[in-house]
Amino acid sequence: MLADLTAFSITSAARLITGARALWLGCTPQPVQRLYYANHSSHGDFVLLWASLPDALRKRTRPVAGADYWCKPGLREFIIRKVFNAVLIDRQRSDTLDSPLQPVLDALAQGDSLIFFPEGTRNLGDEPLLPFKSGLFHLAAAHPQIELVPVWIANLNRVMPKGRALPLPLLCTLSFGEPLHRLPGESKPDFLERARLALLTLAPKEA
Amino acid sequence: MDDNTLSLFAGIGALLLLASVIGRLLKWRAGAGPHPVIDNLNARINAWWVMVLVIGIAFVFGKYGVIVLFYGVSFYALREFMTLTPTRRSDYPALAAAFYIALPVQYVLIASDWYGLFSIFIPVYVFLLLPILASLGGDTTRFLERTSKVQWGLMIAVYCVSTVPALMTLDIPGYEGRNLLLIAWLILVVQLSDVLQYVCGKLLGKRKVAPNLSPSKTLEGLLGGVALATLVGALLCWITPFSFWQAALLALVVNAMGFFGGLVMSAIKRDRGVKDWGHMIEGHGGMLDRMDSVCFAAPVFFHFVRYWWA
Repeated sequence: MLADLTAFSITSAARLITGARALWLGCTPQPVQRLYYANHSSHGDFVLLWASLPDALRKRTRPVAGADYWCKPGLREFIIRKVFNAVLIDRQRSDTLDSPLQPVLDALAQGDSLIFFPEGTRNLGDEPLLPFKSGLFHLAAAHPQIELVPVWIANLNRVMPKGRALPLPLLCTLSFGEPLHRLPGESKPDFLERARLALLTLAPKEA
Repeated sequence: MDDNTLSLFAGIGALLLLASVIGRLLKWRAGAGPHPVIDNLNARINAWWVMVLVIGIAFVFGKYGVIVLFYGVSFYALREFMTLTPTRRSDYPALAAAFYIALPVQYVLIASDWYGLFSIFIPVYVFLLLPILASLGGDTTRFLERTSKVQWGLMIAVYCVSTVPALMTLDIPGYEGRNLLLIAWLILVVQLSDVLQYVCGKLLGKRKVAPNLSPSKTLEGLLGGVALATLVGALLCWITPFSFWQAALLALVVNAMGFFGGLVMSAIKRDRGVKDWGHMIEGHGGMLDRMDSVCFAAPVFFHFVRYWWA
């Protein structure tokens, strides 16, 4: 109840401030299992992507977030676990017994859709998109039936720049591209490059 | 609202009713299935009902209603402008100052009737403040370009738009308590000019008047629309402090400014590679697509009236 109410206020506020507009360019919002992968430049990215999904899809879609940032007891943990029902991964883990991606693989195996940021960290530089970490490849290889949907989030880095508390009321657009799959036998670098280009082509052209 | 205002709104309502009936008839004649031009026309007419309703509600609340209304218009216009303007991380303080200081202060100054300050606040003080804030970030990349764009957006979306409610502050001898009608006249004439240019252009348009800037504008549309809107402006002189010929001349001035405003704003859009400023008004595009002509007409109208009538 409290979680639903919080979810409602967070998504409403996100939409109100950013006027978020979802453009379904390469697919339609269907209730099939998907992995939405997006550019990452702000902590608000997954909130906005999550908020711009239709209700029915949002209930089955979980963001993948870094445990190091979100697992601080208190409000932060309540929000990430109870409100967003996130899949938390431990990015810093060094032991090799099982992969840090295991919770994500488990979530996919039980049929959840996910929001995933393949750059692995927030992009705070001038490059539009960082090179992808290998995570996306492993997920695509383990679950080849899942649609990988590139989503370009435009402008949110201007709404909430790093280290600023007060958001600017600029308009954000989310462009959903055409789903892709890993081709049989496609190598890791080839796949990651193809996925990265598919996302980059959705970015608005800079004059 | 007094009788003049009521009859004005009744007239606009009748006009919209006529437009709605014509729109439905056109749709009916064209048959089922999508028809881009007619569907867009009907979307525009429906949006006009909403816009007239919103303006009407603001008028019921008088001076402060109109100020709040145009505060909102400025906010949405500024938001659309800044969204399309590329800025860098270090522009954050300047952008925050634009949204959270310049915009509210300008409207507070108008509400408090302080002509001496609201007429120079953005062109002088904010003009100097913005580059100072931008320089604190220490980022010199495209510095002049970035600060100019933020300043330009504020001038258009806040300063120029705010001269519409600023008409409330004018003391015109023999016209006391009726300034709302001056606002109604300006908005009506400028918007009617846009509508009539569109209608004349669709019906008679052949020669493109600015093919590079705005391919949909035609010479026939321009002349027909401006002539008709000027005539309507003159015929409405009974709600203004102007005589028939004064009203005609002022209507011609604001219509010409409105036309060129449309061209300028169109040039910016084309440079940024977009067709519309935004998407908030169904069929019309964004707030700035609807307000571009008002942005250019209102300041000139305000100062003409202030110089010769107030």
